[in-house]
Amino acid sequence: MLMDNLQSLRYFYPELTLIVAMLVVVIVDISFNRLRNVLNPLLTIAALLIAAYFTAYVNHGQEANLFLGMLALDSFAQFFKLFLLLAALLVVLGSLHSEELLQVHQGEFFALLLAVTLGMLLMANSINLAILYLSLELVSLTSYIMVGYLKGDRLSNEASLKYILFGAISTGSMLYGFSLIYGMTGSLNLYTIRDAFLSQGVQGFDQFTILLALVLTLAGFGFKTAAVPFHFWCPDVYAGAPTPVTAFLSVAPKAAGFAILVRFLFSGMTQTSGSEWGLVNGINWPLVLIGISVLTMTLGNIAALTQNNLKRMLAYSSIAHAGYILMGSVVLTGEGLKSMLIYMFVYLFMNLGAFLVVTIIYNSDRSFEIGDYHGMFKRAPFLTFAMGVFMLSLTGIPPFAGFLGKLYVFLAVIEKGLFWFAVVGTLNAAVAAFYYMRVIKAMVLEEGNGKTAPLHVSFLNQALLVALLIPNLILVVFWNPIERWTASSVKLFSGL
Amino acid sequence: MIPISYYLLLSAILFSIGVFGTMIKRNMVTIFMCIELMLNAVNLSFVAFARYHSLIDGQVFVFFVMAVAAAEAAVGLGIIVALFRNRQTLNVDEADLMKW
Repeated sequence: MLMDNLQSLRYFYPELTLIVAMLVVVIVDISFNRLRNVLNPLLTIAALLIAAYFTAYVNHGQEANLFLGMLALDSFAQFFKLFLLLAALLVVLGSLHSEELLQVHQGEFFALLLAVTLGMLLMANSINLAILYLSLELVSLTSYIMVGYLKGDRLSNEASLKYILFGAISTGSMLYGFSLIYGMTGSLNLYTIRDAFLSQGVQGFDQFTILLALVLTLAGFGFKTAAVPFHFWCPDVYAGAPTPVTAFLSVAPKAAGFAILVRFLFSGMTQTSGSEWGLVNGINWPLVLIGISVLTMTLGNIAALTQNNLKRMLAYSSIAHAGYILMGSVVLTGEGLKSMLIYMFVYLFMNLGAFLVVTIIYNSDRSFEIGDYHGMFKRAPFLTFAMGVFMLSLTGIPPFAGFLGKLYVFLAVIEKGLFWFAVVGTLNAAVAAFYYMRVIKAMVLEEGNGKTAPLHVSFLNQALLVALLIPNLILVVFWNPIERWTASSVKLFSGL
Repeated sequence: MIPISYYLLLSAILFSIGVFGTMIKRNMVTIFMCIELMLNAVNLSFVAFARYHSLIDGQVFVFFVMAVAAAEAAVGLGIIVALFRNRQTLNVDEADLMKW
């Protein structure tokens, strides 16, 4: 159902809530000097919850074509919106007691965070290249600022510069790809583009132009998801940014990047009916995606082995996880898509948890070096336990949630008959076990470095740790609702 | 009437100059100018295609690109100013606190 602008507003409440909240936060920030540090977080949390309510209940199960073919409302977008709002909410809670951010003025932080979240929600349901580009830039530009948020900090500055240079060049390349696609098909709408490709057949187009356009476009998506040839910014940006921002970047924009990648491939390039993957003849799509995925996970895991800075290590580990998530896209069926969603869902809890521990330890020790984590078990047993769970979960060891993600991804690949690909993935998980275990070893087995005072963990952070631990521990038992939820979320909007 | 291939060739040349510029230039501001060049190449190609297809949406897209490019330049220059205050240099090679 094609809706005009006024009709669409009814389905646009989540985004409208975020826009209003963003403006209110800015106003509160400049007008209430005393109350703003209390009001702004509360407003942000309330806005995220209200947006999640609208997404989950009011827009539930609807399928519509909003704003004259700009946005699609479907269960796929609904999954991503809830996922992104949850990630933003957890990051807001985790940033409240972060010493790094407390030094600087906080009002803009929440406004920026709401702006990024708005951009990501739009990314998740855009079906037009124009809105796709605009929402992607909204996310990118705001995250450049968030990365460089510590103005006097040289690392933060440098991270921000590297981010914006890589980001601008990759989105420039992506735009050139868009312009070529527009030139070939005469449309910016993904479904019309697909129909143009299908009706004329790929033979009707110059093979080299198609190849060039799609490779350039993938550069932009690869940058957002930090897949391998476009990953160079990732470790530096993650290491230099304030830790809550790093936690946010490692989960939310990455997931939004996967959302547009999936939308672009599934609705823009293939028939929705099934596994029609020979559409663009010049390119063997599964092979290209397998190549990117294998490279991404292998490089991420091997580079993580030698890192001594925990933030950098987690950055490389997040690159590796992007590789695992991409494994699901290779299969190009509902099953593969479902495994991607499950992996992202469990990845949210384990990765945000790991970064929360890093934030807490930095608050008292001012260090990200693994060497300074020695003897942490004696100083903060609960924190060490939590970190152990998150690390084992990231490795994919059975009783924890990370196992569920890896299981589904590998299953999807094996069902397709790509056994060697699953073997590569498993070997990679074994390599990854080494550096995750190294953190646990440093915290538990190594002798302390002289510091014996118990580490202070604020009540809020303890509650948040528990909240992140619970999904990591119980999701394996309660996998059934997750599976049903994701299985119902793989329905992409079918077209005009 | 000038055939569309001329515009596309010019656009491709501009884009390549921009890409090579971002790789070989060492001054941050020059790199940003090269990025603007890339975006303008995209704009030219969009306008040419929009004219070729007799459609309007390609031209509207160009306005979006220009607006976003302006925002990007503003953010970029802000970051450059912050970096310059801390280091007194515009050379990207000296932004090397973090490696590997």
